[in-house]
Amino acid sequence: LSFPEAATLKPACCGTTLPRSPCSSLQFTLLLIRGCHTAAIFSPQSLSLSAYSSSPLTRARSGNPEHELNERLKHLYPAVNEEETPLPRSWSPKDKYSYIGLSQNNLRVHYKGHGKNHKDAASVRATHPIPAACGIYYFEVKIVSKGRDGYMGIGLSAQGVNMNRLPGWDKHSYGYHGDDGHSFCSSGTGQPYGPTFTTGDVIGCCVNLINNTCFYTKNGISLGRVLISFYTLYQPNLYPTVGLQTPGEIVDANFGQQPFVFDIEDYMSEWRAKIHGMIARFPIGERLGEWQVVLQNMVSSYLVHHGYCATATAFARATETLIQEDQTSIKNRQRIQKLVLAGRVGEAIEATQQLYPTLLEHNPNLLFMLKCRQFVEMVNGTDSEVCCLSVRSPKSQDSYPGSPGLTPRHAAGNAHLHAAGADSPTCSNGVTPPAKSKSHGFTGGVKYASVSSSSASASSSTSSSPSSVNYSESNSSDSTKSQPHSANSTQETSDSEMDVEAEHYTNGVVEGSSARIMNGTYKHEEILQPDDNSIGNGVTNDSCSNGRQLCGGNQAATERMIQFGRELQMLNEQLCREYGKNTTHKKMLQDAFSLLAYSDPWNCPVGQQLDPTQRESLCSALNSAILVSQNLPKQPPLMLALGQATECVQLMARVRSGSCSFARVDNFLH
Amino acid sequence: MACLLEAPLRISVLSEVTATSRHYVDRLFDPDPQKVLQGVIDMKNAVIGNNKQKANLIVLGAVPRLLYLLQQSSSSPELRTECAVVLGSLAMGTENNIKSLVDCHIIPALLQGLLCPDLIFIEACLRCLRTVFISPVTPVQLLYTDPTVIPHLMSLLSRSQRTQEYITQIFSHCCKTPEHQTVLFSHGAIQNIAPLLIYHSYKVRMQALKCFSVLAYENTQVSMTLVNVLVEGELLSQVFVRMMQRDQPIEMQLTAAKCLTYMCRAGAIRTDDSCVVLKVRLSADLFTLIIVGASLSNVAPSSPTQALPCLVRMCSKEHLLEERVEGAETLAYLMEPDVELQRIASTTDHLVAMLADYFKYPSSVSAINDIKRLDHDLKHAHELRQAAFKLYASLGSNDEDIRKKITETENMMDRIVSGLSESSIKVRLAAVRCLHSLSRSVQQLRTSFHDHAVWKPLMKLLQNAPDEVLVMASSTLCNLLLEFSPSKEPILESGVIELLCGLTQSDSPALRVNGIWALMNMAFQADQKVKVEIVRSLGTEQLFRLLSDPDSNVLMKTLGLLRNLLSTRTHIDQIMSSHGKQIMQAVTLILEAEHSIEVKEQTLCILANIADGNAAKELIMTNDDMLQKIKHYMGHSNVKLQLAATFCISNLIWNEEDVQAVVNSDCAHKGSQERQDKLREMGFVDVLHKLTQASDPNLCDRAKTAMQQYLA
Repeated sequence: LSFPEAATLKPACCGTTLPRSPCSSLQFTLLLIRGCHTAAIFSPQSLSLSAYSSSPLTRARSGNPEHELNERLKHLYPAVNEEETPLPRSWSPKDKYSYIGLSQNNLRVHYKGHGKNHKDAASVRATHPIPAACGIYYFEVKIVSKGRDGYMGIGLSAQGVNMNRLPGWDKHSYGYHGDDGHSFCSSGTGQPYGPTFTTGDVIGCCVNLINNTCFYTKNGISLGRVLISFYTLYQPNLYPTVGLQTPGEIVDANFGQQPFVFDIEDYMSEWRAKIHGMIARFPIGERLGEWQVVLQNMVSSYLVHHGYCATATAFARATETLIQEDQTSIKNRQRIQKLVLAGRVGEAIEATQQLYPTLLEHNPNLLFMLKCRQFVEMVNGTDSEVCCLSVRSPKSQDSYPGSPGLTPRHAAGNAHLHAAGADSPTCSNGVTPPAKSKSHGFTGGVKYASVSSSSASASSSTSSSPSSVNYSESNSSDSTKSQPHSANSTQETSDSEMDVEAEHYTNGVVEGSSARIMNGTYKHEEILQPDDNSIGNGVTNDSCSNGRQLCGGNQAATERMIQFGRELQMLNEQLCREYGKNTTHKKMLQDAFSLLAYSDPWNCPVGQQLDPTQRESLCSALNSAILVSQNLPKQPPLMLALGQATECVQLMARVRSGSCSFARVDNFLH
Repeated sequence: MACLLEAPLRISVLSEVTATSRHYVDRLFDPDPQKVLQGVIDMKNAVIGNNKQKANLIVLGAVPRLLYLLQQSSSSPELRTECAVVLGSLAMGTENNIKSLVDCHIIPALLQGLLCPDLIFIEACLRCLRTVFISPVTPVQLLYTDPTVIPHLMSLLSRSQRTQEYITQIFSHCCKTPEHQTVLFSHGAIQNIAPLLIYHSYKVRMQALKCFSVLAYENTQVSMTLVNVLVEGELLSQVFVRMMQRDQPIEMQLTAAKCLTYMCRAGAIRTDDSCVVLKVRLSADLFTLIIVGASLSNVAPSSPTQALPCLVRMCSKEHLLEERVEGAETLAYLMEPDVELQRIASTTDHLVAMLADYFKYPSSVSAINDIKRLDHDLKHAHELRQAAFKLYASLGSNDEDIRKKITETENMMDRIVSGLSESSIKVRLAAVRCLHSLSRSVQQLRTSFHDHAVWKPLMKLLQNAPDEVLVMASSTLCNLLLEFSPSKEPILESGVIELLCGLTQSDSPALRVNGIWALMNMAFQADQKVKVEIVRSLGTEQLFRLLSDPDSNVLMKTLGLLRNLLSTRTHIDQIMSSHGKQIMQAVTLILEAEHSIEVKEQTLCILANIADGNAAKELIMTNDDMLQKIKHYMGHSNVKLQLAATFCISNLIWNEEDVQAVVNSDCAHKGSQERQDKLREMGFVDVLHKLTQASDPNLCDRAKTAMQQYLA
């Protein structure tokens, strides 16, 4: 795959957030689109799991074991969404036989039965089963004391397997036993497997959900694959399990509380490399050049979609591709977007009405959202209607205080997402769930599903971002048509079109993402129209909150704002009459109006709305609506592909395909 | 770097040489340099990937002309470069091409070319040199004939990525002997190549790594230096460890593991180092240490990862046959001297069972399905088998449990037995090594060795084999001849004595030792008949020659043989009656000469045995000189010698009470009385008295029993 050097494109490219390795990620996403999702897996270049690179873990402050555990688990199993499938962290005080005693935060297990014969065996399972999204799961058990006879078994079992037994004796249960070193696979007779183990030894159990195998370790040495076919691993959810049989036996579990003796990360890195190799070598099977054309078109359409006019032209020239949309149209869109992003929503509405006369008429929801935003911007003092009345220069209220370019901000956002550990929705550079608060935003399928089902609550803290509701589990797995995106997004026509393209993965598409990228346009001054210069350039920073005043502190402006609020209220009522009650609108309006209730709207519970980043989703919605009105796709194919890829990987986790853990889209986007 | 150009080869016009090929060569002689250049470029395009064309051009004498053009300073840089490129292309062909090129003295010419300042030209020369040197038909010595070459190559290393790649590749292929290692080492190979290990290009990294593996192989000096080398603040061993991580390419993992193995075997890294066995994370403590400012080198020897687990992984089925061979051989080498490593390896990833797969090539499936695969399998089958045998040998060399595990592996003994008679000498050698390793187990000797009649192929192997096989085979035989071995009888009957006696006359000390060792084992508690046969077959002359053997092991085992021969009274008397004089002479010589304590002790034990004979006693009693010597050793500072000497005296003064003695009790009693008197006269009683006060309980007991004889 050759790809023209970016050098030729540089002049206009400065603000873009194209993936640094467009070829590989594009190839990946396209592979997914072509329906080869099951095999496609990723290698994260960012995660080199060496002994050294793992050091951040070990370096973690030992002061807080809980924090350390969370960090380590997150590092080991980044693909696991713990809200959906929590990881085992201790033994379950409920799921155990009565002869088992637990202590030390349910990590230490001791035997308290008679231990006369095998009928006195007792087991305990971990609190949770091993999530498939782990890909490779590992835990260790240290033999604190072998007790009388050392009849100890370390292994796995499914829920419901008799706990009055050692792991391995029954169906759906597997174990490595210390007294004879045999491995038991759902059978009362073990097979010679490894050495015996006793006091002081550390025994590990590793489950590989990619190839459905299992192996044990002793003191950090891998003892080799368990010989019995482990196809049953695929079926029930298996729990880490330990069984004891004679008095005095004590073992301590390590589910990640401490660094493991066995180098599991090295083992994981091997599989990651394998899976990466699989993706890299995946046969494309197309005629020469065809693939490249597809990739070029994707890049080109992406650039056009977001209005990177000069870049798109340069790219088209270099790759000899055609741009579907004409230059003026792109520039118009760009101008409107710029206005929205600058907070000059009123002007944006005007410009839209001028350039696309029927657009907002046909999209009353969008119009309402824009107006709501306009109100918020008035409070902010950035909308031109109040701006011109304000004694302060519009420059002083720059829309992006402290964030001159997009890329750094984006990176920060990503880092934040990583830290929060829920990666599923962050498939692209841009899923920017508007609410960046930790309580919200990084939840993945389930959470979003619930959001969309009760859209009233969707905007509780994110009133200005209807597009945040695009993740819906139910949608992704079955028909999309029945599911409205969200009450107030501008869907109908666009939805159906998108559905077709995305092969029922519509909801993987990340709308919000585009907005962030929009920021890049700030830099493109040569395409700013002269009268726009003031907004684009205003980098005079005035971010300290005590300098901010309602509507820029101007009395006339405040009156205008009140006036506008009334109009907005009327518009809402009108819409209610025409289209019926709309709770999302109501909520949005409420939130916007509540800003006035606080003396310092920037530091109030609903102050989030004033954040310039909130403009992005709206901007993207408007852009999409314009594109749809021009019979152009609502989403750039690149984003569709990304969304689909993300959704596929999530789907893999749900169907217990372990390789998804090494096939994470965000690893490919830098 | 002078190069003599030979006149163009006389070309017999060959019918198959096409006119076009000739045309290409003719154009090289064009007076217009521009046309020559175009001609060379056209030639370059014509030969790419065309072995026939290459052969034609070589036959037509293109090489000397190209070399001439390459060396002419009047040639333009482009022309010289293109010439080097064409030569490089020709070298890419068959081995015969390389031979022809080397015969035309291409190497000195190209080496000369390296002195040119033009980098492009240098790179073309190096590429061609690389291709020539990596061929097995090129004598590597050619790199070292001119002493200025290596330093110049070192200086070129920094010029470009290509020079780095080619030069390191040349080094890694041309470092075959300790001398080569020393030359490269003394010209700063380590300092110059170490930074390349973290170079961004994989090829360069890989070639640099290979260089280190050949440099460190069995070379203590290099290995010890490597331990302390830092690459950007990181210890080299840690760089190697990083290269062994599982997400690295297999070739890199394997070669890095080799480097660590060689460093370990050369004594530069301890085998219990975590580099070798276990990957140890840089723990929190270690970090604190570093932060506190402890120098890295203080904590560093425990650099992480796992040469051993890495090598075990290389043995698994999923890897290429070549990798599995190399992995197994390296692993065998790594753990050969260390029982702890053997124990760890034996439990890692079912290694013992995994190795059984090495014997399944060509598989029955491959034979039916795929001729190409069959060919490939056949080619590697021998290598695989010998590697597996080697690894089994290494695994089982010390630990009884591991040996048991090995012999219990499917068809193991059958495989060894058939391996012993394979056509490939490498396989035979490895099989016999494996057998030797297993023969160190008493249990195996008694059971599986006997069940599978391993002695038969072993004896056959001994009939006609090169020395290295003979050494291993005879070592194994030594064990099979131990008295508790059920194979001893059948081996004896197969005429082994002659064979072993033959071995004692070998030039190789190892073979002499093994031969005499086997005889010694055979003579232990043997029948009179066997002993007589040994003495007859060996011949006294040879026996005494062995007693003056320069190799102390041979001497020890010969003494051991003598001692075994001289056991039980009748045997002693019989042998002493025929060879007494020589034996006494030899004993005297050994006691007088400079020898180790062990040798002297063994000799004194022989004396003690002689003293146990009825008639043989007199040989000592009549030899005052010998008695003085015994007395001397009784007062020696070494307890062992004292003990042996006392034992000897004790035998001499023994008051016979056994059945035989009763028959002619008179005579015997009289004899013992006489001896006691004589020894008393010589002051032995005083010495014995002193020894009863000795601190060593054994010696004390022995002296007391001897004293009691006087009282009786």
